[in-house]
Amino acid sequence: MPPIDRADTAFVLVSAALVMIMTPGLAVFYAGMVRTKNVLGTIMQSFILIGVISLEWVYLGYTMSFGPDVAGVIGDLSWFGLNGVTTAPHEAYGPTIPHLVFAVFQCMFAVITPALITGAFAERMRFGPFLVFSVLWAVLVYNPVCHWVWATGGWLKELGVIDFAGGLVVHLACGAAALAAVTVVRPRKGYGSENFIPHNLPMTLIGTGLLWFGWFGFNGGSALAADGIAGGAFVATHLGGMAGLVTWVVVEWYHRGKPTTLGAASGAVAGLATVTPASGFVTPNAAVAIGCLAGLVCYACVASKQRIGYDDSLDVVGIHGVGGVVGTLLVGVFATKAVNPAGADGLLAGNPSLLVSQAIGVVAVGLFVFCTSWVLLKVIDRLYGLRVPEDIELQGLDLGEHSETAYSA
Amino acid sequence: MKKIEAIIKPFKLDDVKKALSDIGITGMTVTEVKGHGRQKGHKEIYRGAEYQVDFLPKIKIEIIVETSMVDPVVGKIIESARTGKIGDGKIFVLPVEEVIRVRTGESGKDAI
Repeated sequence: MPPIDRADTAFVLVSAALVMIMTPGLAVFYAGMVRTKNVLGTIMQSFILIGVISLEWVYLGYTMSFGPDVAGVIGDLSWFGLNGVTTAPHEAYGPTIPHLVFAVFQCMFAVITPALITGAFAERMRFGPFLVFSVLWAVLVYNPVCHWVWATGGWLKELGVIDFAGGLVVHLACGAAALAAVTVVRPRKGYGSENFIPHNLPMTLIGTGLLWFGWFGFNGGSALAADGIAGGAFVATHLGGMAGLVTWVVVEWYHRGKPTTLGAASGAVAGLATVTPASGFVTPNAAVAIGCLAGLVCYACVASKQRIGYDDSLDVVGIHGVGGVVGTLLVGVFATKAVNPAGADGLLAGNPSLLVSQAIGVVAVGLFVFCTSWVLLKVIDRLYGLRVPEDIELQGLDLGEHSETAYSA
Repeated sequence: MKKIEAIIKPFKLDDVKKALSDIGITGMTVTEVKGHGRQKGHKEIYRGAEYQVDFLPKIKIEIIVETSMVDPVVGKIIESARTGKIGDGKIFVLPVEEVIRVRTGESGKDAI
């Protein structure tokens, strides 16, 4: 066992703090896109999870996700309450950093993933049932998927599926859950006839900036060491984001005649999300290609949403779900051991089998998350009712669910 | 006494205010409003989707004047608020029964 490396430890601690800021960043990213009456309700659905999911993580999440493997599907409960998770390193989870540092870094991922889902059912969900859903989703969906992909003994990991920082675990998982949510929770009142126009795009742009900033920790920190892999992931993250930004704006400019600010923000997030699973496995040029494809494909999906009739209010499916799928598959194309010897070779490096296992990962995670989330939402809807009453929906979540308003008259 | 209500384009407010002060009108009430006449609305684009926005931002000016001042005031507003393009706005003239100054209790034209 190598001793603790102080540079690695400092880097992962800072990365954890960077990932933490992404959740408040996401809150304002989303809040800018809703109407004035739902700003605090939208912020709260992300912000509360910093508390609630962190608590779940200490007692169930970490041990279910990374605890000693049971049959490839889940961790056992021997690390309940972080029992045995100490300042000594764990050989598989960052051999040069304290085990506790890895646990808190991963905690931030567990927090932001259910927060991402909230964009799908924005402006119409009751707060209590939303909390019940988020906690149960973390326990029954996030923890198993995280175990399959990242934990020692997880069946997808054993199969050879690679996901550097969460294309499957975070982005496809939240996207598939969002898809389930929009099939269960009916569209907002007036959807399709009224204009749901973002109330404050500068707020959304500040959120985009915070997300982008935090993403360096999200992807870079996933190297679990301050080394060349982290540097490569950091660079790939930036290149993916900028390529997504530019591509989306150019495509929208051509398609609708105007380059929009919200398009720039959306393209950046699409690029960042899509490059996430690939960031530690690909060259800078591959990251640019991945970002460009993300901007193109996610734009096409979001722009064609209106024909389908589901109200994915803030485009979680079209940006994170699609980005997660595209990015995970592109790992199978662009990954190379020349960048990361601990990774794998993809199609362009002469190994078509990685693309097959990545596709299995997409299907397995997509199906499991969609089905489990759908059942969870149906059950909670039957028990408590997911949706706010019509008068509260008209009045807005801020006043109706929280008895406060974002902007005084 | 008459009340003159003028709906104008927001960027014309300063011109109108200056034109009115040139003929001695210094008091007015201004409100930010939304509406449309023949101009209809405009198009906005969010994430590749087009939205038709019907109500446009406008400014409503309210002025109370002696009846003899109606024509010059209306003339000055037209002169200063007109761009010649659709959406320049409208002017309404309404009768006013009484005006009272809160501070002194004066009424009628002395209170204007």
